[in-house]
Parts: sequence; C-alpha cells; structure tokens
Amino acid sequence: MAKTIEEINEKIRRGKAVVLTAEEIIDYAAEKGVKKTAQEVDVVTTGTFGPMCSSGAYFNVGHSKPRIKLGGGRTYLNDVPVYTGLAAVDFFLGATAMPEDDPRNKIYPGKFSYGGAHIIEELVSGKDVRLTATAYGTDCYPRKSLETYISLKDMNEAVLFNMRNAYQNYNVAVNLSDRMIYTYMGVIQPKLGNANYCNAGQLSPLLNDPYYKTIGIGTRIFLGGGVGYVVGSGTQHNPDVKRTEKGVPKMTSGTLAVKGDLKMMSSKWLKGTSYTGYGVTLTVGIGVPIPILNEEILQYTMIRDEEIWAQVIDYSDAYPQFIPGSLGEVNYKQLKSGRITVQGKEVPTSGLSSYLKAGEIARILKEWIEVGKFFLTQPVELLPSVDSGIVFKPLKERPIKKHH
Amino acid sequence: MQKKRVVFNYPSHLVDQPVISKLVKDYDLTVNILRARITPKEEGRLVLEMEGKRSALEAGLNYMKEIGVEVQPLAQDVKWYEDRCTHCTACISVCHPQALDVNRKTMEVSFNRDKCIACELCIPVCPYQAMEILF
Repeated sequence: MAKTIEEINEKIRRGKAVVLTAEEIIDYAAEKGVKKTAQEVDVVTTGTFGPMCSSGAYFNVGHSKPRIKLGGGRTYLNDVPVYTGLAAVDFFLGATAMPEDDPRNKIYPGKFSYGGAHIIEELVSGKDVRLTATAYGTDCYPRKSLETYISLKDMNEAVLFNMRNAYQNYNVAVNLSDRMIYTYMGVIQPKLGNANYCNAGQLSPLLNDPYYKTIGIGTRIFLGGGVGYVVGSGTQHNPDVKRTEKGVPKMTSGTLAVKGDLKMMSSKWLKGTSYTGYGVTLTVGIGVPIPILNEEILQYTMIRDEEIWAQVIDYSDAYPQFIPGSLGEVNYKQLKSGRITVQGKEVPTSGLSSYLKAGEIARILKEWIEVGKFFLTQPVELLPSVDSGIVFKPLKERPIKKHH
Repeated sequence: MQKKRVVFNYPSHLVDQPVISKLVKDYDLTVNILRARITPKEEGRLVLEMEGKRSALEAGLNYMKEIGVEVQPLAQDVKWYEDRCTHCTACISVCHPQALDVNRKTMEVSFNRDKCIACELCIPVCPYQAMEILF
C-alpha cells in the first residue's frame, strides 16, 4: 500500500513515524521482507560529510552611515576577497577564495591553510571577522572605505548557498606516475601507493534515491547542522551515465544545489578544509530524508556498499589531461576494507568523506523526525533524471579573432 | 625486555660527544634512531626507540639526564586534535606504524601515540590540520 508525504507528516505530528537510517534499513528490510517493511517504515535518513568546493555563502551586512556601495569595489573578510558584483551591501563569499597575498603553491607544494571556507566556519561559530572595503563613492553612496568587525548576528541575512554538493558517487583516485601528486582528492603517493575515495556509500543521499524519485526542488534537508533546502540539481548534474541493474550510477552522476540559513548552522558540520598543494574547500554536512512512499522507493534505500561501484582513475595523467578511461571498478565494501586491487597490485585506501560523521548526520535527522521537529516536503519538481536528455559537455574552445 | 620511544634534547656542548654509543656499549641497549636534527654549536633533537632490560633502560636514561640531556617521552610532542578530526581516514594509508588506525566496522579513527614514530607523513595529508608534531 502506497503512502503520501502528507500521511507521513501526520504520523510525524503524532510522534508515530517509523524512521530508520540508510544503514539500519538494510538488515531490517532483509529480515522483515520488502512488503512488510514498506508498510511499517515511513522515512529512511541518509547523510554525507565531505569536502564540497562549490560551496559559499551570501550576506547582507546592513548599511553604514554614511552609506557605502560595496558593489563594484573591493571587499574582504579577514583579507579574503568576496564577490561584490551585486547591490550596495550584498556580497558572496566562495569557499575556495584565498587572501590575495597567500603564496598559493609558490612555496611547493603549498599549504592553503586559510580561505573562504575557514571564514564560514568561524562566522558560524560566532566569531568576529574583519570587514574591509574600498568603493568608488557616488552621490547616494558617498563613502569610499570601510573597516569594521562583524559577526553573523550583526548581519541581516547570511545564507549558505552551494551550487554543487552531495555528488552521487565519485572517482577513486590513484597515481601511476613516479612522483607524489597533490590533488583535490588528497595527496596521492606515486606508483599506486594509495587510493583515495570520497563518498559515504550506502549512507549517501543520492545513492539511496538513484533516479531522484523523491528528491527535488524544495526538499527539506539537514544542512550544516541546521535546516536547509534542495533548490535544484547542482552544477554538472549528469544523470545519464552507466548504472547497475539496481539503477546505481557507477561513476560521478547527480548533484544537488542547496541553501539554508547560516545563522541556524553549526561549525561542527561546516569545516574549513585545506588540501595540501591544491587549495581550500568546505566540508559540508548534508542529510536527506527519503520518504518510503512504496516498495520501489524502499528497495532503492536498501542498497549496500558492495553493490555500489566506482571507477579507479589515474590523477597523474588521465584526469588532468581529460583522457577518458578507467583502470577498473571497485565497490565501497572493498574501499572501506582498507585495500583494493588495481592492475594486480594491492593498494591501501583512504577516504576523504567521513562515513562515521555521515552516520551521525543520518541519526540526528532521524531523531529530529522522531521528536516531531522536522517534517518532509513534497518537491515542487523532481530533479532531472536519466530521461532528461542532459549531456555533460566539455568546454569547446574557439580561437578568439584578433582585430588590428 | 622493554621498549621506549623518547625524545632527547641535547645542549650544544654535548652535540659532538658519542653519547648514543655509550647507551649501546655500557648499557646494552638496542637503539633505533627515528629522527635526528643536530647542528654544531646549537641544540640538537633526537627521536629514538630504545630496547633492553628494564633496569638497563632506567640506568641509560639516568645517564643521559646526568650528563645534561633533557629526556621526554615522544608522545608529548605529537598531538592529535580530536575535535578537528572528522574521521575521514585520509591519514590511514600513509601511517605505516598504524598509530593512526581505523575501526573498520564504525570507520572511527583513533590515534595510539605509543606507535607513532613522528615521521610527519600525516601532516600534509590531513585536510583539517588535526595532527601536530613539534620537532
């Protein structure tokens, strides 16, 4: 018997909703059977806590007296530049932004110890940051410079807005060359010295709803320790890829764009992150509830690590040169065991996305629903799926004509 | 037999003395130097593992203290900031002595300082700056 979101919300209201995490549902449903479980269980909660570079936040800091137009000028938070191509006192801080005088990788390989993501973490933890700006001054906004401390509570709005998060599956990175490489997939040892992966596997949001049959625009989620919303598919959302019989993508595929009120979030679930030799990024906690509307949806949430496959990619050559091809497929059970085999060689593995914290997020979201403080939403529109016709395009470079 | 990992801080006047060979010959200790940084006319630091009879270890360490070498357990200089650690496991594949280890069932990372050899391989690998080694 199928359920509706409204029926599930009514049970949440009465404190009667049955909620399991994406980990718990596996054995539960295997024991009780799909039919019975689909009737009994109302929600399965998922979680992920990994680095997500296309994250950031926008702010409205309020008008100074006299007024200043930050738009079109230069503005910094703790010396990190923000994007001001907007109205007078709105700006956007990107997670990967860095102070202009940061040496980057001029001192090899480069530490990237501080950037936009760290500022987001500091603001969320209640700290003051330095807001400095220069502007060109107009009749209506005469002021030309500004220097002040500011904290989250002083601002009118502070909104986390991440245009690509929660990647549905990801590459496993290895290094076939004979030198150490520094990548967004971490430090990778030469000659297949290690393999780095970055996904929560059986707990991961989009792997539990592989065809996006419940997740869409308006889905209420756990975001950075607070409540957020899916605002659509993320950038590079690419649903039409090779999938298993159960519909699980075997490579990078769907993504989410999300937003939420930064003032309600916690620095425990938004962490400034520094990849040696690569750059700064933000580690974001996301948890998505999957309403168990019917047996089909339940079956998707029963996915196990050993049924989720990922491609092993050489990050010394194939990835940077954009050469297609995989060195093989491995599953998340193998990855989490600590060893995989690549080209006949046993390779130790490391994760970049925390499975432990993903589980904690799924349990927190479960508790929020059980105590009746988090309700499910009916998406306004589902995410584009395999039949959407979306094609993931490379950049086609066209020579620019020189005029004399 | 007992094993100990220690850090020796040498004052400058001892840097040119054959101190370690004393530990080997007079106290019958097996010594494995893990790291060393000693420059003439400056202070020196040495990380090493010593193995021998309990009484010999104690006597050897007393000798070092008597001649003016500051002795401290290695663990003091290695810090794992648990609140910064997200248990992502990025460090696990580079930590050969398995001082940083993971419970494969829960995927929880733990740090056993007694196994750490202060090689510092974990430092650039940890994206959260959760490891600190003062050497």
